[in-house]
Amino acid sequence: MPTFLHYARLKLQNWPDILFRVITRISAFSVLLLLAAIIVSLVIGSLPAINAFGFNFLSSAEWNPVTEEFGALVPIVGTLVTAGIALLIAVPVSFGIALFLTELSPRWLRRPLGIAVELLAGIPSIIYGMWGLFIFAPLFGDYIEPWVNDHIGTLPMIGAFFSGPPMGIGVLTAGIILAIMVIPFIASVMRDVFEVVPALLKESAYGLGATTWEVMWNVVLPYTKIGVVGGIMLGLGRALGETMAVTFVIGNAHSLSKSLLMPGNSISSALANEFNEAVGELYTSALIELGLILFFITFVVLTLARFMLYKLAKREGKVT
Amino acid sequence: MLTLYARRRLINILSLGISVLAMAFGLFWLGWILFTLLQYGVPGLSLAVFTQITPPPGSDGGLINAIAGSLMMSALGTMIGTPIGILAGTYLAEFGQRGWLAPVTRFINDVLLSAPSIVIGLFVYEMYVIRVKHFSGWAGAFALSILVIPIVIRTTENMLRLVPNTLREAAAALGAPQWRIISSITLRAARAGILTGVLLAVARISGETAPLLFTSLNNQFWSSDMNQPMANLPVVIFQFAMSPYADWQQLAWAGALLITFSVLTLNIVARVLFRQQGSSH
Amino acid sequence: MISEKDTIPKLVVRDLNFFYGNDRALKDVNLTIPEKMVTAFIGPSGCGKSTLLRTFNRMYELYPKQKATGEILLDGQNLLEKRQDLNTLRAKIGMVFQKPTPFPMSIYDNITFGVKLYENLNQHDMSERVEWALQKAALWNEVKDKLKQSGTGLSGGQQQRLCIARAIAVKPEVLLLDEPTSALDPISTAHIERLIDELKKEFTIVIVTHNMQQAARISDYTAYMYLGELIEFGDTSAVFTNPKRKETEDYITGRFG
Repeated sequence: MPTFLHYARLKLQNWPDILFRVITRISAFSVLLLLAAIIVSLVIGSLPAINAFGFNFLSSAEWNPVTEEFGALVPIVGTLVTAGIALLIAVPVSFGIALFLTELSPRWLRRPLGIAVELLAGIPSIIYGMWGLFIFAPLFGDYIEPWVNDHIGTLPMIGAFFSGPPMGIGVLTAGIILAIMVIPFIASVMRDVFEVVPALLKESAYGLGATTWEVMWNVVLPYTKIGVVGGIMLGLGRALGETMAVTFVIGNAHSLSKSLLMPGNSISSALANEFNEAVGELYTSALIELGLILFFITFVVLTLARFMLYKLAKREGKVT
Repeated sequence: MLTLYARRRLINILSLGISVLAMAFGLFWLGWILFTLLQYGVPGLSLAVFTQITPPPGSDGGLINAIAGSLMMSALGTMIGTPIGILAGTYLAEFGQRGWLAPVTRFINDVLLSAPSIVIGLFVYEMYVIRVKHFSGWAGAFALSILVIPIVIRTTENMLRLVPNTLREAAAALGAPQWRIISSITLRAARAGILTGVLLAVARISGETAPLLFTSLNNQFWSSDMNQPMANLPVVIFQFAMSPYADWQQLAWAGALLITFSVLTLNIVARVLFRQQGSSH
Repeated sequence: MISEKDTIPKLVVRDLNFFYGNDRALKDVNLTIPEKMVTAFIGPSGCGKSTLLRTFNRMYELYPKQKATGEILLDGQNLLEKRQDLNTLRAKIGMVFQKPTPFPMSIYDNITFGVKLYENLNQHDMSERVEWALQKAALWNEVKDKLKQSGTGLSGGQQQRLCIARAIAVKPEVLLLDEPTSALDPISTAHIERLIDELKKEFTIVIVTHNMQQAARISDYTAYMYLGELIEFGDTSAVFTNPKRKETEDYITGRFG
């Protein structure tokens, strides 16, 4: 039987293959290049500040554009404290939501509720900020903070953290808004992670007469430990780098205060507020160094998060 | 005293009750925020919002220059980021079995996926704005494209991995070269999923404020020149909301309503689209 | 039945070994596949029959760590040679898989996908080719009014015949069938078995099947494989009625496998 193969054309079909492979490879490589470029450009931008302040930059609470004295302590502390408050609130709530979505919710409700949680994640952060400033902070200042002052602020040890003028805005408010923002991220990772638990494992625990809570706490949670921690770290990464929601409500004060009710500053809000107005090389450079520090912190946290999630996925025999 | 069993049941009921509360807690904020947006945003909506440019305080105006700027920069950012994302995602899914590049890229990409967006703004400022010595729409579009790339890479890879290998084998068995197999079979089979990813990326960048602060900045006037500072909804909302003028704040709420509902609509459309793809296979 | 001397060798396998990493999946396989006949590979699962089939179009090369040594001669030329262009080879040797694999495009485009790779046909010739292939695959009457519809919308049996049509549309010389009916209902299976009988007039057909009755019904030659070795190869009626090796007899009479 005759064949219709165009041999001349065939020989040529190798080079498009090679070209295609090279192009996709370059694209993949460009991601690495991007990361390298981000790090290099931030380091170069911060050189003047690094030369001027060295490691003192990390420990000094000074922030004076007039005398050109800059230290990163206040924004670093603000970033860590707001993210910490956010996690304290968000982790248990997210766990509850994930538990509800995987074990309790009626089947027909799972999808709409899952979508609702993801919509919460989809709301732009500037909206959280506006809502926090105009709606949440005044109510918080009028009703919650006076109560906090009277009841928790008078306790020994932790009292100092919770006494101060009830202004509504401040570090605590920023932490709460951040918590609302990261809940959907943590909850959806936890839900995904809980869903990888083999049904057989859960069924055998139920088969022994365990209650839903016992199955969750004693079987599912230990099984998915690494993934859950990974999800929490992912939320932490978000909370550390979040800008707009914090900028609106944190108060933007370069002062270190024991009280969480006082205004403070975070790295990202300092950048958002001051970068465009910064005059002079040193001021700009100090702000860029803040950005470098933020990138470094989130990079470490996110790397740990991904590492843990990979480990769980690997154990599941999945390649993602 | 309670028997052991009664205590176990009590703990169970209590904890499950708390879990229901947690769910309600999450929904409560979503409901409250959306309600606030409607409450303050709807009164601010008027024809002027869509026909007039941003006003100085005390006079009438709208948001049309900001809306147009946001659309232009988001569109450009998507157009720059999507092809790179799809190609790189294709590499990870189709050629990524051997070598070091794929696993490292995958890892770095996952990290970039949640990197703080304000740092991306700083990066574009350092790399581009300083060089050309002015803020511009291009710089904004570049910053947004850097946010698009990781999202598109992730979804492209995931969606391509869902395409069964038998389909690749079937195309190879016909003598199709690799680039043909990938471009006309596997990418095609995954296209609805990839489109979902692109839509989610658009949703993400259209609400982003931080990366635009140091790149496109803002412009009180109508501007369609990408080489000039460019107005955009998020930054206008930021400036107007933080201002002491009631009419500016009113416009900020209207803008917030617009942006939130477009972002949420994009999210829902993306999900519906993905669901249809899922059921057709 | 066919006597040995009438046959022309199409594929000659010599000392073929196959490795998944370090696992040897085929051990010194030697056999000759005659032209325009149906040759069936049977054996228990994991015996290497699919692996052997997939060496004929070097499908294994899509995957890392798989390799074949030895010779497979197609019309006298060793297709395992590095120089051999893979795409040309696969255009000459068509393949149909265990499960239907319609491409996510219209029925028409499914057929033309392979043809367009190697031939520049005008629209008229292309339409003729599509009809020819669908006729051959006994699918034409069922789909002629809906060629523009998606191939994924057909029933399982129709999808499999679409895949056969797609494979023969490029006019290959050899057609490899990897358990083509295992995912189908009995009626579709009968359909495809009749089709195979038709197709052998023009193509050399190699079929892997886990169904011994199917091998007995449709093949001219049968190879029985076990644990990566070719145990017995010969005229189908001889293998089934008068096996030379005891292992073959055990398998065929159902004492094993």
